Amino acid sequence: MNPWIVSNLWLIPALPLAASLCILSLGKAQRSPAALLAIFAQVAALVLAIVAFLPTLATPGFRAVHNFTWFTFGENAVRIGFLLDPLTAAMLVMITFVSLCIFVFSTGYMAEDTNFSRFFAYLSFFSAAMLGVVISNSLLLFFVCWELVGLASYLLIGFWIHKPTAAAAAKKAFITTRIGDIGFFLGILWLYGSSGTLLFYDDGRGALEAAALLAIGSSATFIALLIFCGAVGKSGQFPLHVWLPDAMEGPTPVSALIHAATMVAAGVFLVARVFPLFSLGAVDGVTPALTVVVWVGVITAVMAALIAIAQDDIKRILAYSTVSQLGLMMVSLGVGGVAAGIVHLLAHAFFKALLFLGAGSIIHGSHHEQDIRRMGGLRRLMPVTFATYAIGMMSLSGVPLLFSGAWTKEEILHGTAHWHGSPVPHYLLLLGVVLTAFYMTRQMIYVFFAQRRSTDAAHESPRVMTIPLIALAVCSVGLSVILTPAWPWLHEYLLGRSAEFHLGRIIQPMLFISALLVGAGIALGVLLYRSVGTTDPLAQKQPALFGFLANRMWLDELYGNTVLRLSAFVALWSDWMDRHVWDGFVGAAGTFAQLTGIVSSGVDNAAINAGADMGAGGARDTGRLVSTWHSGQVQIYLRAVAVGTLTLLLLYAWLA
Amino acid sequence: MTPTLSAVLVISAALFCIGLLAALSRRHAIFILIGIEMMLAAAALNFVAFWRFSPEPQQPTGVMVAIFAIAIAAAEAAVGLALVIAVYRHYRTTNVDKFDRGEGS
Repeated sequence: MNPWIVSNLWLIPALPLAASLCILSLGKAQRSPAALLAIFAQVAALVLAIVAFLPTLATPGFRAVHNFTWFTFGENAVRIGFLLDPLTAAMLVMITFVSLCIFVFSTGYMAEDTNFSRFFAYLSFFSAAMLGVVISNSLLLFFVCWELVGLASYLLIGFWIHKPTAAAAAKKAFITTRIGDIGFFLGILWLYGSSGTLLFYDDGRGALEAAALLAIGSSATFIALLIFCGAVGKSGQFPLHVWLPDAMEGPTPVSALIHAATMVAAGVFLVARVFPLFSLGAVDGVTPALTVVVWVGVITAVMAALIAIAQDDIKRILAYSTVSQLGLMMVSLGVGGVAAGIVHLLAHAFFKALLFLGAGSIIHGSHHEQDIRRMGGLRRLMPVTFATYAIGMMSLSGVPLLFSGAWTKEEILHGTAHWHGSPVPHYLLLLGVVLTAFYMTRQMIYVFFAQRRSTDAAHESPRVMTIPLIALAVCSVGLSVILTPAWPWLHEYLLGRSAEFHLGRIIQPMLFISALLVGAGIALGVLLYRSVGTTDPLAQKQPALFGFLANRMWLDELYGNTVLRLSAFVALWSDWMDRHVWDGFVGAAGTFAQLTGIVSSGVDNAAINAGADMGAGGARDTGRLVSTWHSGQVQIYLRAVAVGTLTLLLLYAWLA
Repeated sequence: MTPTLSAVLVISAALFCIGLLAALSRRHAIFILIGIEMMLAAAALNFVAFWRFSPEPQQPTGVMVAIFAIAIAAAEAAVGLALVIAVYRHYRTTNVDKFDRGEGS
């Protein structure tokens, strides 16, 4: 018997959604009710998520589904459903908790915004959409929620619509992810065509279960790659990563939500969810689809880390670091380490939310300054932010032993080292580790150390903003307990096994390697930036390279000159064709129809109507004539009878 | 002089023609009724004549039909007179030219 929560999983996204609708209907003036409503709904969702977490905790490898028919067309019933397994449960808890922290932080960060209540409505909607993605047991429902996530991101990135850059960034995010979604949708159609179901698990009949996988056979590679297109768009993988840094135009809590709990996590989650399609027919854990995933991930991870080195906007650095970390997760999924990838996703959510909220606190405290070259020396002015940000930075860099990011990253590196496809990704990821430590050190030095380069007085943020930071920092460190190789509880939980404690396993060669690499990255950063001015030392030494990286490898310009130029040309050509060719056809068809109409109306008037009129006139005249006989005079009738009888008699006499 | 069949038939035809003429030309409803009665009488006379000059005049077949016809004609005359009175009450006239409408008002 399924626990109560399985059939009522829909409540978890429904609560924030209801809160969002309520807030929208409350109106602009209700500021604190809006925030309270959003936070309350999120707390309720968090409680429900924990309720959903409990049964998966009790039984290793717990999996329960609740399927039902949505609608029927012809003989096909479209079935959707909810799924509860360790992956869902862990994601639910993470999303609701991180969202809650972000919501609380937003009450401080957005306190002066005129559209405060609308902001909370959108935030709740965003969280609801993402929770919907996580609980769905049907690729169709998944896709619906997935698109809702896209819509919510569009609304939030373009929240400050009066800023043209924000509007453009929102549009870019929406359209870029849509490109991936076309592939995703084709993949869904193909999957439905070859397996006849879109449910993930359905007591042996689901698309991810043995029977359906057998039916799909060799087309699984193509289906998996098409679905991967969607993940590439949503999770900002190369070559569709360009929207993610631009999404920084939104308010900082939105960036935190997009980069940590929702949106970008959806892509990685999607690949993890349909992993059986990717790994179908694997030889030594290598399939063509997974190889593509690995290489896309590796390229993304290294490229984004390189670009992050040369960025000056505090949020953009974090944005590229997210892209890089997502690449890392994709690599992990690609080499078969689904659990390792998801564990990194969960840990990353906490420390990336921490970093973004920290950045938000810095921006808030230094009067909406985002350029790290005009910060510096904030260590003493904002002690709480500094301490929590440092924890986030060390988690992200992967400083060993204490910080959650280190353990998960080590796990991933371990997985790539044993991949049978190629040794290259492993070494590239090791390079990525160095780069990550390097650019985070650069950012730390720029923001918190050295002299103050701005005359504005910065101040520490109010408590409503620092408490979420502290909560997330505690989680970032505390999560390590269940991540270490000695007791990899979360990893084993996701795989459906129970973990055992072995202290000896904590010492792995990878621990030393990553410690060495992180140390090298940090040392390099400190060495280069120890006496930092307004110009970047790297820019002085290697201006060409720095320019190349600072301009994001010219990728936006490349797209602008190729894809956009091409589409603009196609649009112009279509317009010309429309005006001169198709218009002519349409006009000709119209004229022909007009002529036919004239002829037809003539025939109507002259022939058909006239004939009918004539018939009617004849009938009328006859009627009038005959009606005169009907005079009512009895004697005339009698006379007629007499004449008639006489005639008949005479006729009879004459004939007989 | 014994009557012959043709003489009786001539009388009957004359009676019929007189009745027909009355029914067609008189304007007074009661006279029309009288004309109709005369035509009926002519028909009854025909019956009696054909019976009297038939090969078997012993059986009173024809005279029976005539008596029947007279009885029914009496009933019919009563109904006809009643109708005439009803029409008169409604139209305040018995001139058939005036009531050319078969409806109540």
